[in-house]
Amino acid sequence: MSWTRHEMAALAARELSDGDYVNLGIGIPTLVANYVDPAIAVTLQSENGILGLGPFPFEGEEDADLVNAGKQTVTVLPGASFFDSAESFAMIRGGKIDLAILGALQVSARGDLANWAVPGALVKGMGGAMDLVAGTRRIVVVTDHVAKDGSPKIVTETTLPLTGTRVVDRIITDRAVLDVTPDGLVLVELAPGETPEAVQEVTDAPLLRSPGIA
Amino acid sequence: MPDNAATRALEDRLHDGMTIAVGGFGLSGIPSELIEAVRDSGVSDLTVVSNNMGVDGIGLGLLLESNQVSTVIASYVGENRLFAQRYLDGDLHVEFTPQGTLAERLRAGGAGIPAFYTRTGVGTSVAEGKPVATFDGVEYLQERAIVADLALVHARTGDTHGNLRYRLAARNFNPLVAACGRVTVAEVEHLVDALDPELVHTPGVYVTQVVVCETSTKHIEQRTTRPREAEGAA
Repeated sequence: MSWTRHEMAALAARELSDGDYVNLGIGIPTLVANYVDPAIAVTLQSENGILGLGPFPFEGEEDADLVNAGKQTVTVLPGASFFDSAESFAMIRGGKIDLAILGALQVSARGDLANWAVPGALVKGMGGAMDLVAGTRRIVVVTDHVAKDGSPKIVTETTLPLTGTRVVDRIITDRAVLDVTPDGLVLVELAPGETPEAVQEVTDAPLLRSPGIA
Repeated sequence: MPDNAATRALEDRLHDGMTIAVGGFGLSGIPSELIEAVRDSGVSDLTVVSNNMGVDGIGLGLLLESNQVSTVIASYVGENRLFAQRYLDGDLHVEFTPQGTLAERLRAGGAGIPAFYTRTGVGTSVAEGKPVATFDGVEYLQERAIVADLALVHARTGDTHGNLRYRLAARNFNPLVAACGRVTVAEVEHLVDALDPELVHTPGVYVTQVVVCETSTKHIEQRTTRPREAEGAA
């Protein structure tokens, strides 16, 4: 039994704290907004120049001038602000964004992240991901534990083009939650029905166990 | 060739091999009519600096279709199939630049700063061939400014002094692109005599010429909505 995309998003939403400024990547990370604890106030940043992202608009109220970093039509909440792209990345590079939740192609035991290119296949570009991992205080990756062909995505050494080195703090997959520590990857939570041995089986990098894991 | 304001504005400003910086993010805030005027001019061997390259048949995708672009400096081009094909075939030289680095390169170009240092891209392929320096024990990459021969932007409102005001998130790269051009042409939805000075985003000193858009067509890449019954619940 593994976690669904929505369960992974809900797990990632626990990373958010009251008062945080947060950037959510494209894909599962975008779903995290649906699971934010209503008791906390979090401001979502979109790197095309928005602080204070709201939900999708009602049908008929979409505005071509109001899109998020995934080019989806969005709304803004009271207290929002608009700014240009240099200002947007000044606040990212300047360490003002508390947390970014991103997708991954590969993550290494050291927290190296590869999430923008597969040589020989379609290369789309890194967008804002390299700036986000270089400047954001905490990086959480949400990804399937293995690639579509079954190969491990959590590896001792990355083989794909890097987005950043030693940048990832936590990895949330469909099978487990892992922390990147100076000693290596530590298994901190298992999906229902998973065992440490079964997760290690599909992980290239060696896994340590936190005290709570049997 | 259509005789419209955008075409007339660019008539004597285009030449083969030039560098053109273009505002917008995805299809939001792109100078559509100025891009069409570049297409209609037939100018070729262009270096285009833009965060994205439009989509097939819209925005900068038009210049790819007509084979007018030889080099692209961009951060993300995933929405354009023709681009992918031309790139993989080796017909197009592409310099992938992280989005924040691209924004800052344009800002620096407009601000007379030839280069700057950033953490972004350290230890990645972006760092290849670039000088590295250590400040306070941390390694940074040197990135060069971009100054464009011609800058094309889209604004909500312009005035007869060249001042510009953008709307919502359509601002994005436009102010940076406007500032980095040796010549800057802005298309605007509305032209007024004088904007309220407090409302100006791009001061007129950066803008060579303002043209009024002849159509009001804007494209949405990903139309996402929520159901009406969710009202109040969000």
